Amino acid sequence: MPAVSKGDGMRGLAVFISDIRNCKSKEAEIKRINKELANIRSKFKGDKALDGYSKKKYVCKLLFIFLLGHDIDFGHMEAVNLLSSNKYTEKQIGYLFISVLVNSNSELIRLINNAIKNDLASRNPTFMNLALHCIANVGSREMAEAFAADVPRILVAGDTMDSVKQSAALCLLRLNRTSPDLVPMGEWTSRVVHLLNDQHLGVVTAATSLITTLAQKNPDDFKTSVSLAVARLSRIVTSVSIDLQDYTYYFVPAPWLSVKLLRLLQCYPPPEDAAIRSRLTECLEAILNKAQEPPKSKKVQHSNAKNAVLFEAISLIIHHDSEPTLLVRACNQLGQFLQHRETNLRYLALESMCMLASSEFSHEAVKTHMETVISALKTERDVSVRQRAVDLLYAMCDRSNAQQIVAEMLNYLETADYSIREEIVLKVAILAEKYAVDYSWYVDTILNLIRIAGDYVSEEVWYRVIQIVINRDDVQGYAAKTVFEALQAPACHENLLKVGGYILGEFGNLIAGDPRSSPLVQFNLLHSKFHLCSVPTRALLLSTYIKFINLFPEIKGTIQEVLRSDSQIRNSDVELQQRAVEYLRLSCVASTDILATVLEEMPPFPERESSILAKLKKKKGPGALPDVEEVRKEKNTSVNGGVEPLGASATPPSSTDLLSLSSPTSLTPASTSSTAASLLVDVFSENHVPAAPGAPLGPVADDNFSRWASSVVSLCNVRKPLGGNCESPPAHKLSPRRFVCKNNGVLFENQLLQIGLKSEFRQNLGRMYVFYGNKTSTQFLNFSPSVICQDALKTHILLQRGTALCVRGAQLQQVLNIECVSEFVEAPILNIQFRYGGMLQNIAVKLPITLNKFFQPTEMTSQDFFQRWKQLSAPQQEVQKIFKAKHSMDPEVTKAKIIGFGVALLDRVDPNPSNFVGAGVIHTKMTQVGCLLRLEPNTQAQMYRLTLRTSRDTVSQRLCELLSDQF
Amino acid sequence: MIKAILIFNNHGKPRLIRFYQYFAEDMQQQIIRETFHLVSKRDDNVCNFLEGGSLIGGSDYKLIYRHYATLYFVFCVDSSESELGILDLIQVSTIYIFMTVFVETLDKCFENVCELDLIFHMDKVHYILQEVVMGGMVLETNMNEIVAQVELQNRMEKSEGGLSAAPARAVSAVKNMNLPEIPRNINIGDINIKVPNLSPF
Repeated sequence: MPAVSKGDGMRGLAVFISDIRNCKSKEAEIKRINKELANIRSKFKGDKALDGYSKKKYVCKLLFIFLLGHDIDFGHMEAVNLLSSNKYTEKQIGYLFISVLVNSNSELIRLINNAIKNDLASRNPTFMNLALHCIANVGSREMAEAFAADVPRILVAGDTMDSVKQSAALCLLRLNRTSPDLVPMGEWTSRVVHLLNDQHLGVVTAATSLITTLAQKNPDDFKTSVSLAVARLSRIVTSVSIDLQDYTYYFVPAPWLSVKLLRLLQCYPPPEDAAIRSRLTECLEAILNKAQEPPKSKKVQHSNAKNAVLFEAISLIIHHDSEPTLLVRACNQLGQFLQHRETNLRYLALESMCMLASSEFSHEAVKTHMETVISALKTERDVSVRQRAVDLLYAMCDRSNAQQIVAEMLNYLETADYSIREEIVLKVAILAEKYAVDYSWYVDTILNLIRIAGDYVSEEVWYRVIQIVINRDDVQGYAAKTVFEALQAPACHENLLKVGGYILGEFGNLIAGDPRSSPLVQFNLLHSKFHLCSVPTRALLLSTYIKFINLFPEIKGTIQEVLRSDSQIRNSDVELQQRAVEYLRLSCVASTDILATVLEEMPPFPERESSILAKLKKKKGPGALPDVEEVRKEKNTSVNGGVEPLGASATPPSSTDLLSLSSPTSLTPASTSSTAASLLVDVFSENHVPAAPGAPLGPVADDNFSRWASSVVSLCNVRKPLGGNCESPPAHKLSPRRFVCKNNGVLFENQLLQIGLKSEFRQNLGRMYVFYGNKTSTQFLNFSPSVICQDALKTHILLQRGTALCVRGAQLQQVLNIECVSEFVEAPILNIQFRYGGMLQNIAVKLPITLNKFFQPTEMTSQDFFQRWKQLSAPQQEVQKIFKAKHSMDPEVTKAKIIGFGVALLDRVDPNPSNFVGAGVIHTKMTQVGCLLRLEPNTQAQMYRLTLRTSRDTVSQRLCELLSDQF
Repeated sequence: MIKAILIFNNHGKPRLIRFYQYFAEDMQQQIIRETFHLVSKRDDNVCNFLEGGSLIGGSDYKLIYRHYATLYFVFCVDSSESELGILDLIQVSTIYIFMTVFVETLDKCFENVCELDLIFHMDKVHYILQEVVMGGMVLETNMNEIVAQVELQNRMEKSEGGLSAAPARAVSAVKNMNLPEIPRNINIGDINIKVPNLSPF
């Protein structure tokens, strides 16, 4: 017998639905609906009170009309009236209407809440269930306020029926998710854990979901659930399928509950108790073993359920990441699924393997499946699955297989779906860079990339290739030759032309010896494509031409001719016209020496995070990359670094401002000199960073250098005073607050001198390496740095080599030993005197030694933290500051800054996951000061609230000033 | 968490929509259209998960769907159940199984459910769904338990209907008695609703 009786519906409703279905046209349907709406409206407005049945029928019609996509703006009141009916069916339809149609902002909520309150108090389990369902379905804040106390009470009451308990658990979970602040923890929490032992498996399942969510926020309160969950899981896994009767689903015992329990266990590290741990390992092994057994049923439901449990078990194994044997077994199991005929399984296997690939224990095991994954990429019919295959190839790539994987991805790119091309391009570019052993391979790969999918190659990709070529001397000649050859193709992508123009402009001389690529040939090749390009590319090519004038004086005439032509010098585009005019003028007036200085080869780029990686991260959203860890590693293995972070080789040179011209319009001749001066600061100043779009994690100023060329002009203007040598060049002090959260960087820079720092601190001692880089081509005489500091700090200059700095690029290193005697505010001052061009130069900079440098991070548990927090509750010990965010409020950046500040960042201490909590101890020679801090971002208001508690008021005050300045 | 459950037919006509997160009504319609567009162009033998919907929640949500005869069943799920903020694939697979449970339950309750059952018993489908999903979370997975609950509801409905609905029906029958436009026999596809002949008082 069917459970739903089809006969006794509401007849009027059936008639109405049939009418609608018989409508021949959309218009007829709308007409019929409008007629019905008018009818219902008049019925509701009429004088006669409607009986429950009619109300029910009309409300049901409204629901149907709503389903057809029409707005319903009345009937809510009637639905609310139905709630207070004592008939089940009327109540039921009333609740249905409300949860489908009443949104959480409705003013009716108070009336509804009243009805719900009555039903919750009714002790009729069906009514209670309806009410709980409604709370969960609407889940608004008003409801959370009204029922946050009632629901837990119902959940743990001894006399509550199983079905009500089940609903109450989920209802509480929903309220906890929508308004966690309104659901207080209480004595019920400990009793909730014991629901894991309940007889009724439905209750256990619902309770497990609830506990999982609560445990994520307050792991300590629910620690006891681990042993209970393991015990329960072990009973299910070892049970014979008939033990659990109804909860056995196609011969798999309680799959849903198993999955939930495995998920709960993922909130915690592997159990410490050896007995529990071995029991859990047995369970996981048993689940893996079952996967190998022949299926008990041919039905797809059986294997689905079995695999769901298996996948969740593998997820737990990956989460624990501590049992190599289990990890490898999991990997082999997934390997089998890679070739399964069920598409869903292949999809899930690929996705799980991505996670396994980032575990050190199973990375090798994952690699053995490379061939299968590659063939999936080629043969899989479903784009969802192919996308997963790309992800996995990216995750499993390392130095040993990079060439093959990159080749396969490039191969695939030719036929790839448009929707994922850009992502593949980014991935190829990153892998090629990260694992390049041979830079000619890297250059080939990227040029191929541009050839195959030029439209999908974003700016970042070609910027990056240029950065790398410029930073690596050994690849420049090859790069010039390769782009020259690539440009010979009759049709080449504009991106290729950009790369080609840039590289030939820099390194065209390296291939000019070959008559087939003589200067004139190079120029003609580029210029033949000039007219087909967009304005930015043409602007770039003009800069290439002026660089050619410097590189190849023999073709100066030809180029001047081109610049002089009307199509350039009178171009309607201001940017092009200006470049043509200025370059032409420059080439005419400037002597060869000046030209050589102005148009000097681009200096190496400072090491930064790859802009492509940043782009990929942005595309995928934070946390979506499987190998966030690797990103950090990448910094070390990255190949782009011709330059050590600082000092070790030539200092980031004078013409860094070539990079920073931000807008062509700022370059009207009148303004050039002033803008150029300030630009130098822009490159390094922290303020610039958040302004750069697409730079969530670090300074990526690369987008600036598409304007590479226009800056040449402004540079001339900057250099002019230098030629005279008579005035002291303007100094650019870089704000010391940049150093609060980091220890290395450029401290000071003007046109003569650059000062870089590297420092390390341990307890109350520190050591600072100061690098002085001479940027001029003459010597500095009587170079003498000294440090002035207060009593609270002792500094000692250890080493000083030579008192004269010779030619450009050479540098002097100095080591300072620092001891913090007691707390301090004023930073020491570094005084430098030297003679340059007969003038005595005097430079004074503050050394970025701040109190927070003497932090030792302290890890502590949530309990300890709050205990100490309470101990430091005297009013003068706490300093709080509420301030507006100056930079973008990216949590990753904030985390990095707090860690850089010196404290330990404590995870899962604050109940609100978006807050940051840290702890550390400041060491001075006299004393140690414990410090706790809490930072609460409010992204909507763009504000932060910072609270610091330390045992000394002055320290709290100072740290608060320092840290609040950082966000 | 399940953000929405959508059932529509091969032509994109919605047969059941249930949102567990508030969306304005026109947004709901847009989501239905977008989802139909994404799902309907896929072959039947590709996998049952897909990303790419732009209207609910952005990148970290997936569609899990099945195609039965004339109907698409689609669950829109997001990552709020996972602490990492990454949509959990395992969740995907379990929701998929769970979806099967839901369809099997409908099948059992309606005895070979078909599209027409969903149309004419929209309220009943909602009630069954209510026994299974609550506030976007899975409430019950044991089919026998669900069917038992639905049967219990029916018994209550019958007992109430027997006592109170009968007079109401009689009254409306009398009112409608002399109206010729009320059809005696309604033909709608494969089902036949017979309106009983009422004898005049």
